[in-house]
Amino acid sequence: MVVLKNGVPQPNEWVRLADDATPPDGAKVIVTFERWQAERESLRQRNSAIGVSLKSDQSPLLLADDLDRVSLVALEFPKFTDGRSFSYARVLRDRLGYRGEIRAVGQVLRDQYLFMLRVGIDTIEPPAEKRVEGYAEALTEFSVFYQPTNDHRETALRLRHGLNKSTASAAA
Amino acid sequence: MYRYDQFDATFVRERTEQFRGQVARRLAGELTEEEFRPLRLKNGLYLQLHAYMLRVAIPYGELSSTQMRKLAFIARRYDKGYGHFTTRQNIQYNWPRLDDVPDLLAHLAEVEMHAIQTSGNCIRNVTADHLAGVTPDEVDDPRVWGEIIRQWSTLHPEFSYLPRKFKIVVIGTETDRAAMRTHDIGLKIVRNDAGEMGFAFYTGGGQGRTPIIGPLVKAFVAKEDLLSYLDATLRVYNMHGRRDNIYKARIKILVQSLGAEEFGRQVEEEWLRIKDTVLKLPEAEVARIRSYFAPPTYENLPAYIPEFEAKKSADPDFGRWVRANTDVHKVDGYIAVSISLKPVGAAPGDMTADQMDVMADLSDAYSFGEIRVTHRQNLVLPNVRKQDLFDLWTRLKAVSLDEPNIGFVSDIIACPGLDYCNLANARSIPVAQRLSRRFSDAKRLSDIGELRLNISGCINACGHHHVGHIGILGVDKKGEEFYQVTLGGSSAEDISIGKILGPAFSYDQITDAIETVIDTYLDQRTGPSERFIDTYRRIGIEPFKEKVYGGSKERRPAAE
Ligand code: HEM
Ligand code: SF4
Repeated sequence: MVVLKNGVPQPNEWVRLADDATPPDGAKVIVTFERWQAERESLRQRNSAIGVSLKSDQSPLLLADDLDRVSLVALEFPKFTDGRSFSYARVLRDRLGYRGEIRAVGQVLRDQYLFMLRVGIDTIEPPAEKRVEGYAEALTEFSVFYQPTNDHRETALRLRHGLNKSTASAAA
Repeated sequence: MYRYDQFDATFVRERTEQFRGQVARRLAGELTEEEFRPLRLKNGLYLQLHAYMLRVAIPYGELSSTQMRKLAFIARRYDKGYGHFTTRQNIQYNWPRLDDVPDLLAHLAEVEMHAIQTSGNCIRNVTADHLAGVTPDEVDDPRVWGEIIRQWSTLHPEFSYLPRKFKIVVIGTETDRAAMRTHDIGLKIVRNDAGEMGFAFYTGGGQGRTPIIGPLVKAFVAKEDLLSYLDATLRVYNMHGRRDNIYKARIKILVQSLGAEEFGRQVEEEWLRIKDTVLKLPEAEVARIRSYFAPPTYENLPAYIPEFEAKKSADPDFGRWVRANTDVHKVDGYIAVSISLKPVGAAPGDMTADQMDVMADLSDAYSFGEIRVTHRQNLVLPNVRKQDLFDLWTRLKAVSLDEPNIGFVSDIIACPGLDYCNLANARSIPVAQRLSRRFSDAKRLSDIGELRLNISGCINACGHHHVGHIGILGVDKKGEEFYQVTLGGSSAEDISIGKILGPAFSYDQITDAIETVIDTYLDQRTGPSERFIDTYRRIGIEPFKEKVYGGSKERRPAAE
């Protein structure tokens, strides 16, 4: 399966592990939150990176004390209409200061992709039946943004008032 | 009026092109109907009983004459020559074809309009007091804040897949003309003890099957914190609102289940974390937006215009229309004029393309080219010189837009009902039409006085029946249309939810039943200055029950 980063397909380095599967040696694995809770200590003994996946009713606050040991948080979109994980991504970035990778998994649709990047999600696993080129196209559809979300996109408001970073440094 | 700058214009063009692509992908089978549905809804496109319906946003209910002409053009080209103004200050077209919609949206974009977020589980088009900027005693102009909220909420990356739709309204006076506390967030512009301007947040109101009067969650939010407090509120709702049952998914259910105080505490906790970050509103942006709403150049006129006063007594029809259809203006010599879209026997809120063009011309001639839409499905020319009023009225008369019934029993709010809507139990529009024929006499109407009558075709309450002084709700009894009556609701500053009168009436009984209710009021009132709602509050529901269900021999024979 491929993952998309900034619209570009990448090989997936991560293995999503079933709760009863043994982690393959040396692989970067994503475990469920339940498994993380139950086996935190033994999982940390491994020498490879660990990711934890959260269901859409599991707030990232559950991971608040563990985030420095988690290299990836996978947020699940069980249905594309379930938008809780958009807020979870912001909680991870803005409130918990998480700097690791945030990945969206499940029903992640092309028309949500830009929103996902804007709230702080890095990578997505598009559903297998979807045309991946569409996701890259979706990122080119807008050049104007109204909400500041701590991503790198300048808002209309800042551009209007010359508060954008490039003008500010050019003026300096 | 707000004008798009390069950013807004680019954005709306990009949005239109995006939707063009989505329609193409749908027609090519690349998107399933299930996947397309939320995309089209966020562009205002519904699938109704017979066809698609497009709902066009009229942010905070304000239109220019140019925009009105474009709405007329669209009505002719893409609909059957009319449009329908809604309780959310929007306009709906009932017959567009899917493959025409991208072009239709491109036409709208030319006049700085769109259909973004007029539907779907997102932050809907923001509404406001229709007398914004012209009514006396306003703390501040709600349109300024409506525009700020419009921009902040437009394609919000975090809040576009909420548990349910989300409606925000802004008012700037104690008097509530916009049903503020029936919204997910009702914002009232207020001053604190230090004299600073800010917002009272009434969060978690709503209608639908569970009508709830929005509780005051925070009495004062400073103006620079408006967006951060909105953000915090929406974040708490997005994470904790119910998603297992659409009837329990509105924020009102979350606020009720936590209690307003605990809900407010959770929002406060989130807000304190973010309030001093990127969402703080710079004064320069508020000033930029405010400059678009600067008052037009009013003339220096006396408050008392003798020729106008003389005309009112010389022509009683004119006098009656002035009394019913105008509101006080903050500037001497000017007046705000309501144009009723409820002529006798019409479908409430409907307007023909020709009438729209006339409205555009009249607003250019008499009101600085500005028009408002009210949540009671009427229009307003906000800035008319008193001395022009007679000419305006004469020209309105020529196109049947002179109905003198604003605020009276025939100024009915009605939802589309069974004639258009696939959720309906019963027709709403024909009931409204029958009632408006029964109460067509202008003298009788003004004698009855202020009376808000609202009709919904099912419990979703699009027609605001819970908060009508008299509410009519379509119910289904063994496959037959029946109508339940509620009394004592109000959506104004004295807000209340109506109480059920008793067993429902058939389609043929409902007009008589309402007439009996009104006759009972006329018998019981202390005098003409006691409004229906005041009499009801004084005497309660029993006397009405007795008359309506007790003495059927007293009922007048149906006039139809
Ligand atoms: C095909 C047409 C329509 C459908 C299927 C529809 C559907 C609904 C539904 C399902 C609700 C209940 C939502 C809830 O309680 O969560 C609702 C509420 C509402 N709708 Fe409609 N509606 C339609 C047309 C309209 C029109 C034409 C208007 C304006 C005239 C309107 C204005 C409202 C309002 C004001 C509410 C209640 C306020 C609230 O609880 O937010 N709707 N509608
Ligand atoms: S109240 Fe019911 S019948 Fe009327 S428009 Fe809304 S959903 Fe349809």
